[in-house]
Amino acid sequence: MLPTPSTSHVCFDRVYEPAEDSFLLLDTISSFSEAAFLHDRFRQTTPELEPCSTSPLVLEVGVGSGVVLAFVAANAKTIFGRDDVLALGTDINSFACQAASQTVQNAIHNPSESVFLDIVNGDLACAIRPYLVDVFIFNPPYVPAKLPDYSRHDNYNTILAGQKSTSFEQDSYLLELSYAGGIDGMEVTNRMLEQIPHILNPLRGVAYLLLCAQNKPEVVKQRIKDWGPGWMAETVGISGSKAGWEKLQIVRIWKATLS
Amino acid sequence: MKLLTLNFLTCAIKTCKTSPSSFPLHPQDSELEIVEADINVLFLRNMLPRLMWNELRLIVNELGLPSLPETAPDASSLLETKLQVPEGDTTGLNIEKIEVPSQVAKDLHRVLLETCIREGKLVCGNCGHEYKVMEGVANFLLPGHLV
Ligand SMILES: C[S@@+](CC[C@H](N)C(=O)[O-])C[C@H]1O[C@@H](n2cnc3c(N)ncnc32)[C@H](O)[C@@H]1O
Ligand SMILES: [Zn+2]
Repeated sequence: MLPTPSTSHVCFDRVYEPAEDSFLLLDTISSFSEAAFLHDRFRQTTPELEPCSTSPLVLEVGVGSGVVLAFVAANAKTIFGRDDVLALGTDINSFACQAASQTVQNAIHNPSESVFLDIVNGDLACAIRPYLVDVFIFNPPYVPAKLPDYSRHDNYNTILAGQKSTSFEQDSYLLELSYAGGIDGMEVTNRMLEQIPHILNPLRGVAYLLLCAQNKPEVVKQRIKDWGPGWMAETVGISGSKAGWEKLQIVRIWKATLS
Repeated sequence: MKLLTLNFLTCAIKTCKTSPSSFPLHPQDSELEIVEADINVLFLRNMLPRLMWNELRLIVNELGLPSLPETAPDASSLLETKLQVPEGDTTGLNIEKIEVPSQVAKDLHRVLLETCIREGKLVCGNCGHEYKVMEGVANFLLPGHLV
């Protein structure tokens, strides 16, 4: 078992606390079969024989406490078979950005481990240049519940002038952002799915997306496969399985090379 | 926020993405800080092919930092050999050759990974939108798009 990064400095009143979904992502990405898939995909060729492949860029959208990105960055050697990974994150919640930044920095101890870029405060991957992401990770707000009222976002995303800390309403709003996914819990995820083909590296990009049963994962996977020739979507991790009804699952999305 | 991060960012406004002038974003009124980090030459080497060198040079000039060379350094220029006497060898006869980061590698490391924007703004060259950087975190949220 690889160590779980420490998040003891994070205030969980306004930042999503690592839970079953976060741990399913960690376990899946570091599982034997996923590590084998990723090793193969990001194989570093010997510099003497061939030009070596470029450092993989890992982007996590909605980093929350940063536990997932920190885990992937700190255990890059085990997961990808190489150390030279670049870790970048985004979150709509500015307090999550600050918290996650600390979590990732604390988790990387060794100079030969991956390089942490930054966490930017933004909507999904809107500010990321197209076709650069090699590994994409998203544990979305997936609960079928009314979307938060984003018109309050600007006011609630900072500590207001004259205030020492966030208010109770503010914290409730920020936590709502972390779970409320609108109709079928899919409204935020659907917007993200639209961006995925445009941010992934067309040759080696791969995405990991968490879905819950109410998200209708089979329908979502079929829709991805319908993006066009080569697009694949497969369940690679499950948890809370009861009589064939999986509560949570991780879907791997990638484009197979057409021969 | 590290200068290297700017290599991966663009304007968040959808209609700007197709315009070449939406990259790089231009730092303005920046308060910079140096955050020391350990140098990793393997990483620098494998990251070089990802760098948009001309755009990076432009940002470095706009920030008033010492200019970068006109062309990206060659991977082989990142290491240099040094001769040293192994520890504990008092005879001085067993000189070893070791590889250490070159000045080129150190300069690149300093500008990409240790030079950070603490406060300031990033401006899109296409639409002029200004994204604030506060306490090292860039804010790309567009209120209009969220509502
Ligand atoms: C279920 S939490 C996951 C947190 C963390 N990745 C984990 O696994 O523990 C969802 C996260 O997505 C963020 N989020 C929600 N909507 C977002 C959006 N439109 N853009 C970026 N991040 C968003 C929330 O603030 C929250 O941190
Ligand atoms: Zn723009």
